[in-house]
Amino acid sequence: MVDVAFQSGGAASVAEQVDRAKVLQRLRLGDTAFRHVTRAAAVVVLVILSGIIFSLVYGAWPALQKFGFNFLIEESWNPVTEHFGAIAPIYGTIVTSLIAMLIAVPVGLFIALFLTELCPLWLRRPVGIAIELLAGIPSIIYGIWGLFVFAPFLQQHVQPFLIAAFGNVPVLSTLFEGPPYGIGILTAGLILAIMVLPFITSISRDVFEAVPPVLKEAAYGLGCTTWEVARYVVLPFTRVGVIGGVMLALGRALGETMAVTFVIGNAHRISGSILAPGTTISATIANEFTEAVGDLYTSSLIALGLILFVITFIVLAFARLMLMRLNARLGT
Amino acid sequence: MAIMISGASSPLYASRRRKNGITMTLAYLATGFGLSWLALILGVLFWEGFSGLSLRVFTEMTPPPGAAGGLLNPIIGSLVMTFIAVLIGTPLGVLAGTYLAEYGRFDKLSTVVRFINDILLSAPSIVVGLFVYEIMVAQMGHFSGWAGSVALAVIVVPVVVRTTEDMLTLVPDTLREAAASIGLPRSLMIARVAYRAARAGMITGVLLAVARISGETAPLLFTALNNQFWTNNMNAPVSSLPVVIFQFALSPYKDWQELAWTGALIITLAVLALSIIARFLGGQSKKP
Repeated sequence: MVDVAFQSGGAASVAEQVDRAKVLQRLRLGDTAFRHVTRAAAVVVLVILSGIIFSLVYGAWPALQKFGFNFLIEESWNPVTEHFGAIAPIYGTIVTSLIAMLIAVPVGLFIALFLTELCPLWLRRPVGIAIELLAGIPSIIYGIWGLFVFAPFLQQHVQPFLIAAFGNVPVLSTLFEGPPYGIGILTAGLILAIMVLPFITSISRDVFEAVPPVLKEAAYGLGCTTWEVARYVVLPFTRVGVIGGVMLALGRALGETMAVTFVIGNAHRISGSILAPGTTISATIANEFTEAVGDLYTSSLIALGLILFVITFIVLAFARLMLMRLNARLGT
Repeated sequence: MAIMISGASSPLYASRRRKNGITMTLAYLATGFGLSWLALILGVLFWEGFSGLSLRVFTEMTPPPGAAGGLLNPIIGSLVMTFIAVLIGTPLGVLAGTYLAEYGRFDKLSTVVRFINDILLSAPSIVVGLFVYEIMVAQMGHFSGWAGSVALAVIVVPVVVRTTEDMLTLVPDTLREAAASIGLPRSLMIARVAYRAARAGMITGVLLAVARISGETAPLLFTALNNQFWTNNMNAPVSSLPVVIFQFALSPYKDWQELAWTGALIITLAVLALSIIARFLGGQSKKP
């Protein structure tokens, strides 16, 4: 009897064990499958990047083969004779971004300083949110606003003043030469400055806030003024982070399309004057791609896109490395 | 003596104070400067946009120049393409973010993916348009709504990857250990415990991604192109709100320009609403 009971118990436990093994097997399969699926999804991110690079190179190949290195240094952009050179858009891209950075970096840093050191606590959140909302506004809104409001304003009020004021100063007279068009390099640069201001502000605010309070308090304890604390404690401590943030904003400015396309004027030439119309890489592509006739024309535009991607990739990679360095330092 | 040195009469002290005063004033001015742009842009947008806002905008098709009309087809086109883009991009992004946070947090692969993802996050969107043009439009031989959706999905993925990873990293390891201790396999632990704890934050990420793509114009310009008419066919060019704004704003016709402003207002309101909801959700999830 005992034996039988034992037997039957054993049979049950064997059946149970088989069941158990089955369930475990299924779970194990599910587990591995899920792991591999997530891994594959992570790899997709890499595939997207290599896909972008590969497709741009493939599309740009005819133009690069035809013009070679000259593509980078020629100014002419002539769809009729099918002769294309990229230097004018490259120049426009760099100059507009430089103007944007010249304005947005100091202003953004000062706003971050205000938010971390001066602003009363109750006001900090609303101002911070307002600045971030500015970052959330789609770039096409900046474009339409720039075209209908900002450019006419500049044309009527600011540019005549600039021309009058600097017309007789040696170097500056070239910069502000020519009639006030309203649209042009300067306008695009200013719109870009407004656009990237929130990026610079929110990143520098975040890194400023990461400064250990002990450091700041020690400096205050020595009798430093707020400016001295910011200049000699906060800024040196966060330098890598701030540079990273600025580079990130520069990456945005270089690649920005819609805000610039509206107000740049789309003129393929390099002019000494920043009041003159010009073009940027992204504006050229946005304006001409759908109307491009002929393989060489399309290919030249894709080559422009490739150049833009390479430039922004370098800038953004540098920015990320800087921010990673800051995080590594904060982590230890 | 000590009082004399640190007194307000010391020239060094006075100059330090002056410098401080100047820079602090600059900080106030800079903030005012930054905020006034927000006020200016939103002010003009509301002023110009509201005057054209009427029921007709939501019920009629885009008009030929000189006629009355609305923005129904671009609004629907934008909604459909955004929806499909989120449908493609979210699962991919969530799964990739899961790998980064749960399986391969310290992998070499994860480090590379994280780095590349951060770059894709701020890569120029017009390049994404060119990429999708090359792989879809050029291959199929025509512009299509599908291509537009894929282009937007490429922009959704990095945003969702980033927020999913961040939110899953915030989930305390004790929760994972508790799940493991009762014998839950890892995949179930992630699905039933980690996702649930990070849900609000992950939804925030998707909302932010929607906000991001609802204003994107550049990637649609040469993928979905534009369409003056109503279409149910995602295989044909589909109009979208940003592209219509672009086209109408640059046109010489007064009524087209007015519609452009109205469209701009609709997009901005949608984006602001999305980011405020996202912030609200995100704020909730970060608190505990």
